[in-house]
Amino acid sequence: MPEITITIRKRPPEEAIITQRKFFKKTARGKVIKVLRERYLRDDVACGIKNCSLCSGFDGMDSKRTMLPFAGDISHAAFPEGHYVLPDTNIFLSQMDLLESSIFTPSIILLQTVIEEVRHRSLPLYNRLKALTKSDEKRIWVFYNEYRSETAVVREENETPNDRNDRGIRTAAAWYTSHLSLARKQLRGKNKKAPKVLLITEDAANRRKAEAQGISTMSIRQYVEKMSEDDKKPQLLDLLTAVDEDEIEPTRASAAATGTKASLYSEYLPQAMLLAGIKSGNLHQGHFNANQYNYLEGEVSTPAFNKPVLLQGRENMNRAVHGDIVVVEVFSESEWSAPADEVVDQDTTLKHDDAESGDEKDEYETEDNVLSKERGLLAKGKAKLKVKEKQPTGKVVGVIKRNWRAYVCHIDSTSLTSSNPSSLSLQSVFATPVSRFLPRIRLRTRQAPTLLGQKILVTVDRWEPTSRYPEGHFVRALGKAESKEAEQESLLLEFEVPYRPFGRAVLDCLPKEGDSWVVPPKDSDSKIWEGREDLRNLLICSIDPPNCQDIDDALHARPLPNGNVEAGVHIADVSHFVLADTSMDHEAAARGTTVYLVDKRIDMLPGLLGTNLCSLRPFVERLAFSAIWEMTPEAEVVNVRFTKSVIASKAAFTYEEAQLRKDDPHMQDELTHSIRLLNSLAQKLKAGRMAAGALNLASPEVKIQLDSSESSDPIDVEQKEMRETNSLVEEFMLLANISVAKKIQETFPQTSVLRRHMPPPSSNFERLQDILLKRRGMKLDVSSSGALAASLDQCVDPEEPAFNTLVRIMATRCMLSAEYFCSGSVSRDTFGHYGLASPIYTHFTSPIRRYADVLAHRQLAAAIGYASLHGSLHSKAYVERVLNVVNHRHRMAQMAGRASVEFYVGLALKSRNEREKALVVEEAFVIRTFRNGLGVFVSKLGLEGLVMFKRDTQFDPENYTITIPSGPGKGDTTIAVFDKVFVKIEVEKDKNTQRGRVKMTLVHPVDSSGL
Amino acid sequence: MEVLNADGYRSDGRRQFELRSITIDLAQHGAADGTATIVHGLTKVFVSVLGPREAKLRSLTIHDRANVNVEVNVAAFSSGERRKRAKSDKRVLEMASAIKSTFETIIQTNLYPRSQIDIYIQIIEQDGGLLQACINGTTLALICAGIPLVDFACAVTCGVYANSPILDLTTLEENDIPNMTLAMLPKTGSVNLTAMESRLHVDRFGDLFEVALGAGRVIHEEMKLAILAKSRMLVAEMKTIGWGEKDLVD
Repeated sequence: MPEITITIRKRPPEEAIITQRKFFKKTARGKVIKVLRERYLRDDVACGIKNCSLCSGFDGMDSKRTMLPFAGDISHAAFPEGHYVLPDTNIFLSQMDLLESSIFTPSIILLQTVIEEVRHRSLPLYNRLKALTKSDEKRIWVFYNEYRSETAVVREENETPNDRNDRGIRTAAAWYTSHLSLARKQLRGKNKKAPKVLLITEDAANRRKAEAQGISTMSIRQYVEKMSEDDKKPQLLDLLTAVDEDEIEPTRASAAATGTKASLYSEYLPQAMLLAGIKSGNLHQGHFNANQYNYLEGEVSTPAFNKPVLLQGRENMNRAVHGDIVVVEVFSESEWSAPADEVVDQDTTLKHDDAESGDEKDEYETEDNVLSKERGLLAKGKAKLKVKEKQPTGKVVGVIKRNWRAYVCHIDSTSLTSSNPSSLSLQSVFATPVSRFLPRIRLRTRQAPTLLGQKILVTVDRWEPTSRYPEGHFVRALGKAESKEAEQESLLLEFEVPYRPFGRAVLDCLPKEGDSWVVPPKDSDSKIWEGREDLRNLLICSIDPPNCQDIDDALHARPLPNGNVEAGVHIADVSHFVLADTSMDHEAAARGTTVYLVDKRIDMLPGLLGTNLCSLRPFVERLAFSAIWEMTPEAEVVNVRFTKSVIASKAAFTYEEAQLRKDDPHMQDELTHSIRLLNSLAQKLKAGRMAAGALNLASPEVKIQLDSSESSDPIDVEQKEMRETNSLVEEFMLLANISVAKKIQETFPQTSVLRRHMPPPSSNFERLQDILLKRRGMKLDVSSSGALAASLDQCVDPEEPAFNTLVRIMATRCMLSAEYFCSGSVSRDTFGHYGLASPIYTHFTSPIRRYADVLAHRQLAAAIGYASLHGSLHSKAYVERVLNVVNHRHRMAQMAGRASVEFYVGLALKSRNEREKALVVEEAFVIRTFRNGLGVFVSKLGLEGLVMFKRDTQFDPENYTITIPSGPGKGDTTIAVFDKVFVKIEVEKDKNTQRGRVKMTLVHPVDSSGL
Repeated sequence: MEVLNADGYRSDGRRQFELRSITIDLAQHGAADGTATIVHGLTKVFVSVLGPREAKLRSLTIHDRANVNVEVNVAAFSSGERRKRAKSDKRVLEMASAIKSTFETIIQTNLYPRSQIDIYIQIIEQDGGLLQACINGTTLALICAGIPLVDFACAVTCGVYANSPILDLTTLEENDIPNMTLAMLPKTGSVNLTAMESRLHVDRFGDLFEVALGAGRVIHEEMKLAILAKSRMLVAEMKTIGWGEKDLVD
């Protein structure tokens, strides 16, 4: 422990007036409590300016952190003598994108008052602000003005908290100005002019007051506009949020324009009324989920109803965006409705809508057009309702929390008024988000012509009741649509994957030896060997997919003299390198998981660890965490032990190599024997698991064949093959995970990191059961996982082997997803893993690519007494918080991976179409019927698509069939769910947005190209 | 609320190892033999000591030493929420008994057989570190009453945020992090009270303990200064009424 100095902070009693703060707080029960707080004012709060003579020696001035340059920022045209920027709270609340941009780099003084105000107003923004202060690129200094005696202010009588904060900010700005000139005076002779401190605020009244005090101020727009002319400026101008100008600049308000505009949406109820309504049960709160097939519909799941509340039409969805937490009012039962059985695409419906709005008259005409069209669509849906399908219907009356983020969009070319590429005029355009869940966003930009055909990032700023579309602003361009880089980055952004390279602080946590790090010799007095077992002589090998670089697991098995078998799973000892509470640990916790895209891997840990030091590569010594079982030849576990170890893998096989080796009767070496031994055990383990009721589920997994590693042009798509050896590895990993879960749960009943899979509510299966019964006369028993597994085995069509897989895929979609949880936060009887039919489960076997595994490693190490557990892992709240992040990241990573495969399937199709000079025709199964289309699944490509019919068809939702005329004189054809059809697949570019999408048309039994 | 932020500030502007302002008032109040008012930040405690005197009840007399009686009273207005605590309140009784057992070993009770020393503690304001303030105040009041002690008892509250020890917690901090109160005797360096109601990992305990001992010494210096000042004032006043150095020595 370093030498510390303990002091008493003396506070003279007469200072109480500024150091004590009294306020009243109302508790949830309505009781009023008086709170008295004090603060200690000090003179050693550092100003953060490099080499400041007045602040030298203060805590935090030792330049380990980013500090502000002594001469200020001299790149701004208006301040040749240098300046520092001091933004007020509203700047951070409304202009975060600008501040986050890598091309906006002034020296910023961030006041404590501002940070606290941001935290009160918006937690997500606060977190972004915190990340910003930590980033290496920015020059931001946090000044604790409320703790410095000269800058602390006290709220005066009749002063609003807002005014008090504004005054505090002005005081701090004035203090900085005088502090700078004082510091200059001490350095005689040199550079007489001190840099300026510029207060940036959008509040005109605040600016006036500041100028009276002699502080220079500007609005953010002025500041950016006065920057020196270069190519960055238009980009920065676009980053400025669309602010309601008349609110900020009363002089420029044009009352005429605002007064005449009619409201399209009803206003939200006040917050207090919403909360009261939820409490009394009249209103319901939930996440808003948009319908991706029909942009005029959305759903909100609430605990009060077993079916989600349906929201139909724009007025009822009332400006909710996918992911928002909204409050809905449910209509009386007579007005309940059923979801429309039709695909409604906003791009085609709203083709002619105009983005320029506000002043022209004809806008109202188009508005009316759109409205009547939409009403027609809604009415068409309603006419054919049946009572059975009705579900609660309602409307959004308020929003508790917006979950807006930056969205990847394309500019809609038709919304441009001028497409002259050199035009720099400001125009309103529509941006169509890539995600089908989102409405179009209206934005104003000067760069519209250059942005056409690019993927861009757009943030939503607000959605007024008078505006049909949300308004946003341009953040940055990602690159040309369909270029691999742009697509890749847009995927990562869309699924919120943190993909920036690792920062310096993280890389500093790596071993100093870098690449040349090796396990020290055993006889050296290195601490590494303490408590570690030497397993270097065991015949250990790893089996992984081809080209696997991050090998986290290796296996061995050998017969024991007593007739039993010893089997071991060795997992990379990541927790040896990633110590708790280091920068690397924080980064890994925030990333949660490695994300695998088709042509890129976004690592959770720096490459040095993931692909080298931790990776259990063959022929080198590596640290491992081993689970070693003694089993009977019948694969019953006699006992298990866990130990940290040093291993030297003897071989790294691919699944295919291992399989060939096992099956080759000529191979009689020991390694092959041990693979055979492992395999026989694995088969018995699997049989045991299946008998216990584990599910064998399927998901459409395909592999993309890349041409070569350089060009990464996909040439073909094939389905993943499953070999015996895949299941060998899987069985042992499951066994290891279950054994570890038991052990850590026993040792840390309150905080162990576990994984569970909740049994799905049987209502999830209703639709699938109904389809199976009506179409195939098959029954699905969903009473337990065992029963489900058995009845899934019965769902076979002797003529169609793929049918069973299809049913399994559809059944999988009915289930809930597995999640990590902290053992102390849920009741013991909900620990079970439904899919694996195991009472307890965790993730232990892939610590290189999953963060939960790292935590499990730490807990297991503590459980076996190898190391003591870091304090944070004793805290339930901490574990819960980390696992929430990991769960979210895990879900996002899966979706990103799938989307990446989908994109490459599209590319592969395109190249195949070009090569074969004909459109690809594939076999597909119908999985859903709509009134005007079919949902089909192409199992060979793992691709799901829509076949749309323009003409009306006869649709029978009871029996899931659709009848279409097959052409003149040929009668009608009926197509039902599960029918096999042939579809022509092509990749079509949307003319307006340049967004490529897969278009399918029916070839057999009917050619739908004319329909 | 962040107990200790990234730049090392706590929510009230202190740093990790800074104690709150301490004010000590040793003026005489009423009929008590010794009184002390001690303020740690926004925690204020008034202690009066009566005795040694004859035990009121026969049953309470101990034949070879004095009986120490501690009574704690929490003012209804002491915390934000007005709340009357009964004399028999479990938490109050527990605190009284902790104080009693701390001082039974420090007071030289064997000098006063068959007598009683009453310690009345009045909690006037509370904002964390209650036990700490009570013990420090009691030490001072006992000294003022002229009761012979083995040593000062200096108490300090400390807690651990993440892996950093923090001294002298406010209520906000106490509610948030594992904490303990420790009373140490600065001369001998022994510790005769550690009170902990939350769970703290044993690995953190060692560091925390060391820091708390250091803080105890700092508090001791502060208390010593107050006692010396009081003594000087008494001596000066005695001179004004005609007592000389000689009288004092006699």
